Amino acid sequence: MADRSERMAQAQPLTHAAAVLPPEPGLWARMRDSDLWHSFRGHPSAIFAAALLAVLTLTAILAPWITAQDPYDLAALQLINSEIPPIWNPAGQWPYLLGTDVQGRDILSAILYGSRISLVIGFASVILALAVGLSLGLIAGYFGGWVDNVIMRVGDVLLSMPFILIAILISAMAGAALPPGLRDVLAAPILIVAIAVPSWVQYARTVRASAMVERKKEYVQAARLIRVKSWRVMLHHILPNTLTPIMVAATLNFGLAILSEATLSFLGVGMPPDQPSLGTLIRIGNQYLFSGLWWIVVFPAVQLCLIVLSVNMIGDWLRDALNPKLQ
Amino acid sequence: MLAFLVKRTANAVFVMLAVAFLAFLIFRSFGDPVEMMVNEQATQAERAELRERLGLNDGFLTQYVRFVTNAVQGDFGISYRNQQDVMVLIGERFPATLELVLVATVISLVVGIPLGVITAIHRDSRLAGMLQLGSIVGVSLPSFVVGILLILAFSVTLGWLPAFGRGETVDIGWWSTGLLTPSGRAALVLPAISLATFQITLVMRLVRAEMLETLRTDYVKFARARGVPRGRVHWVHALRNCLMPVITLTGMQIGNLIAFALVTETVFQWPGMGLLFIQAVTFVDIPVMAAYLLLVSFIFVTLNTMVDVTYAWVDPRLRDDTAEVGGTNG
Amino acid sequence: MTHRTLLLATAAAGILSGPAVAQNVLDWGANRDIGSLDPYSYGDSFTINVLNHVYEGLVRYNRDLEIEPALATSWEILDDQITWRFTLREGVTFHNGNPFTAEDVQASLERVSHETSPLKGNLPAYVSSEVVDDLTIDITLNGTYPLLLNDLTNIHIFDKEWLVENGAELPTDIGAGVEGFATYNANGTGPFIVESRQPDAQTVFTVNPEWWDEPAHNLDGFVLRPVGSPATRVAALLSGEIDFTNDAPVQDLPRLEAAPNVEVLEGVDLRTVMIGFPFRETLVSGEPNPFATKEVREALYKAIDLELLHERVMRGKSRIAGATVAPPIPGYSEDLDTIPAYDPEGARALLDEAGVPEGLEFEFNCLSDGLVNEEQFCQAIASMWSRIGLSPQLDVAPRAVQTPKRTNGNTDIYTLGWATLPMLDSYSPLLQIFHSKEGNSGVFNWGGWSYPELDALVQEAGQELDVETRLDLQNQALRIVKDEYIMLPLHQQPMAWAVTDSVTEMPLFPDNKPRLWFARMNGDS
Repeated sequence: MADRSERMAQAQPLTHAAAVLPPEPGLWARMRDSDLWHSFRGHPSAIFAAALLAVLTLTAILAPWITAQDPYDLAALQLINSEIPPIWNPAGQWPYLLGTDVQGRDILSAILYGSRISLVIGFASVILALAVGLSLGLIAGYFGGWVDNVIMRVGDVLLSMPFILIAILISAMAGAALPPGLRDVLAAPILIVAIAVPSWVQYARTVRASAMVERKKEYVQAARLIRVKSWRVMLHHILPNTLTPIMVAATLNFGLAILSEATLSFLGVGMPPDQPSLGTLIRIGNQYLFSGLWWIVVFPAVQLCLIVLSVNMIGDWLRDALNPKLQ
Repeated sequence: MLAFLVKRTANAVFVMLAVAFLAFLIFRSFGDPVEMMVNEQATQAERAELRERLGLNDGFLTQYVRFVTNAVQGDFGISYRNQQDVMVLIGERFPATLELVLVATVISLVVGIPLGVITAIHRDSRLAGMLQLGSIVGVSLPSFVVGILLILAFSVTLGWLPAFGRGETVDIGWWSTGLLTPSGRAALVLPAISLATFQITLVMRLVRAEMLETLRTDYVKFARARGVPRGRVHWVHALRNCLMPVITLTGMQIGNLIAFALVTETVFQWPGMGLLFIQAVTFVDIPVMAAYLLLVSFIFVTLNTMVDVTYAWVDPRLRDDTAEVGGTNG
Repeated sequence: MTHRTLLLATAAAGILSGPAVAQNVLDWGANRDIGSLDPYSYGDSFTINVLNHVYEGLVRYNRDLEIEPALATSWEILDDQITWRFTLREGVTFHNGNPFTAEDVQASLERVSHETSPLKGNLPAYVSSEVVDDLTIDITLNGTYPLLLNDLTNIHIFDKEWLVENGAELPTDIGAGVEGFATYNANGTGPFIVESRQPDAQTVFTVNPEWWDEPAHNLDGFVLRPVGSPATRVAALLSGEIDFTNDAPVQDLPRLEAAPNVEVLEGVDLRTVMIGFPFRETLVSGEPNPFATKEVREALYKAIDLELLHERVMRGKSRIAGATVAPPIPGYSEDLDTIPAYDPEGARALLDEAGVPEGLEFEFNCLSDGLVNEEQFCQAIASMWSRIGLSPQLDVAPRAVQTPKRTNGNTDIYTLGWATLPMLDSYSPLLQIFHSKEGNSGVFNWGGWSYPELDALVQEAGQELDVETRLDLQNQALRIVKDEYIMLPLHQQPMAWAVTDSVTEMPLFPDNKPRLWFARMNGDS
């Protein structure tokens, strides 16, 4: 189990090819020999998904340099260029490849900027939830007693409310409490917190369970006796053991977080219309579903589905590849 | 067993008190209720008087106890926006949401179980591959996109099914149902499918995983060896073994579906609790928000506790395990 | 437990009712719900409009929007010039069977002008009333006042006995911690009776067979269904789920016109869309407020490309406005209706002269459920202002959220649509918007401006019984509004209704109010 997890850890940069830190030198070589890499090569759908995600992420990151327009700059929007259809339509106009919306906002630019927001919020909320969940889980498992009790009870309470409900409440309340100026600036951080708050518990529980097992082991007891910082030792043992399930969960939660952000924005409690995420674009475009302006809603929806689909396909493959029962 | 029951119930009560505390915090910290309640001409003296009357000058704990006491009796005050008793408002909407959720659940079982079985027994076939891929697509499609597409296809283009609302309803006692009229049933189809999409894939994947495990057991192999027909082994013996987890999942997901229905209800303008809640959110109608939060959490916690207790009853080993069956987020 | 009894009551009613069997039931898909069943608890034209099917005033508008007798049959001004005597219609009953008398009129007038009533501005001149006999009532005003009848068209008459029985003599005060009975019950004299109401879902109205007037309609009832999403509303209309909408989205008109089963009814609304400014010392951000300077307001007007807004956002369906009232409104004159040329450079120059810094941030408050395409034109205007070096912070939210901010001066620039309802006279905006904020005047003067010269003209007009002289005074006041750029008129918004082929008659009114007592459907009845 342990060495499999280590291989997993090495493989991690692969799954988030573009989104995660570049791997250290030397990792590549080891990775190429790993089971996971072989499994990956044998799964065309995983390769396809990884490639797709890489393209989507890259174009999103490079958005400011490759788009025709900064869709967040109000002064750049020209009403005179509104409602231009996609380029293949006879009425289409360069450089608006996918057409423009009712404000003259270039759809392709808006989608790429929107994907940026969606990816950043999804990624940051998973990282935040991981950081909080891992720390609290370790603390709870290591100290036990009332600390453990408090942390786990808080987790119970959070899990007793539907995910989407907590996220809506946090997002809506923060949004309504802030003045409009601050609201725009803080919209993304608020969403990150709103999505992370209900999702750290899952990680915390996994780590805690593993920590409870380790805590009873002799080396920890011994470390305690000689007043070495035993938690450091523990960390080295616990994290590898829990990394497999946590990584699979994190990947799938990444997809879920992007969906949640889109849902909140669609419901009108997410990103504001002047810095649209994909969900906001769909919400706005939804009003024009019947007026022939299909491109305003269809392209953002397709982009959103592609992002989530590629993430989920990777997560799915990862889960199967790491589940010994299925091999 | 009794000790376990008491323990789980106490735990559930604690959780509900904590949720109530959250709801109460929302109530207290979110704007000044007095400012939202009085009309603009009210004088400072009138505001102060109202503040006193509402008990906003009492201590924090006193107010919390009062909030919980009232909540237990179903008294959440009056909606700022509709100026009606909150519980009456929610009570009127509850049947619409529950009907939608139940129909979606039935659809998810009727579609999800056979698909799960097929993908498990024909594990390496092209069909199973397609279905597996389909199931990933199913979890990746945001439900509001599914809803919009369904409306576009079946209401606008084909004109077969209504795009919004509940159709005609019939009142049976305080329950209003759309199941007894043709227009009510027609109106239910698209929202239920859109809500069920995610759940179908969940059921399908669970059944597949369970089936794959079961098919490896000796018991199935023996049955095959004894000459029981393949179809009967798969669809009766093996499937029966998978049903308990499916029922558990379904039970626990109902709470989630009720919450998630608010997205579907927004897309289809379905007059349920979720739509009420979303409108309360946009209009900052705190009493409605607090009541909805408590009610949905209550359903959630009750279902989870019931599942735990049932499990403990079936399998005594679980009784001293404090770990919960764990709610899935969806 | 009040709600338990209510549940039982609805339960009992439900068992008896079952599915409706009536033929000509019109499904009305509106863009939003009414706020309440109490016309006095919600000062909002649409709510009053819908409730006008249930409640009636002493007088009413006819098909040509001329005032005609309703619950009163005749009236005269007594010798003191400030008392009006109304003779009431005989044999009118409320929906609960109670007869209509002068007592009811008095109770209603007291209720609407109570100090907690959000509608008291709609009857500004009222002082007191005296019951002469069962069918005669004297109404005393605070001076000579030409527009009482216009006001009374929308002062709905309640049954006094019903109000007293149910403790609803005063307008619903949510602060009192009790539900207002009249909020979810209704008892008027009008052509339709409220059968049931589920807020935000549906309100069912059935025909009142005992109505005192000969009905021009052939409806058995109608159902008001709020359908907030414009796309859903269009889908519902195309599929025939609703028979009528009073808000067909402008962008979907071509599609609706092309549909064989739908007819679009178009016109220009009397509602003038305007932009208002803060006149306070500081902006919400605490920065000094430059908008109290006339040249700055002028600059912001020049920076708006009205033609482009008209053509793109309003799809050529609006009427570009230079005056703050629409042409059909008494007091309008063509020489006020001039629009400035679009001139962003000139606008920037004016801002520089006035010392307005580049990148000045201010809030721009718009409604998500307000005017036609409001969110879009606000975004477009914000974008145009960005181009002259300003930084508007767009704040779009529902009316219920924005109104408190606006009335409390908790925002900077805002939008306002004014149709002069129910008065249909330019005196209405002059008194309610442009007059300084004092007592019943300037209720919608959210910016806090004060022009004594204008106030004097408005007050004089308010007591002038001669129509010519009065309109001349009002015209002078409107000239000040125009020259001082107090508010910036943008356009009269388009009005688009749509009906399916099940509706054979649906007269379109320039005040954008559906009056279903004139509607006819093709079913036999």
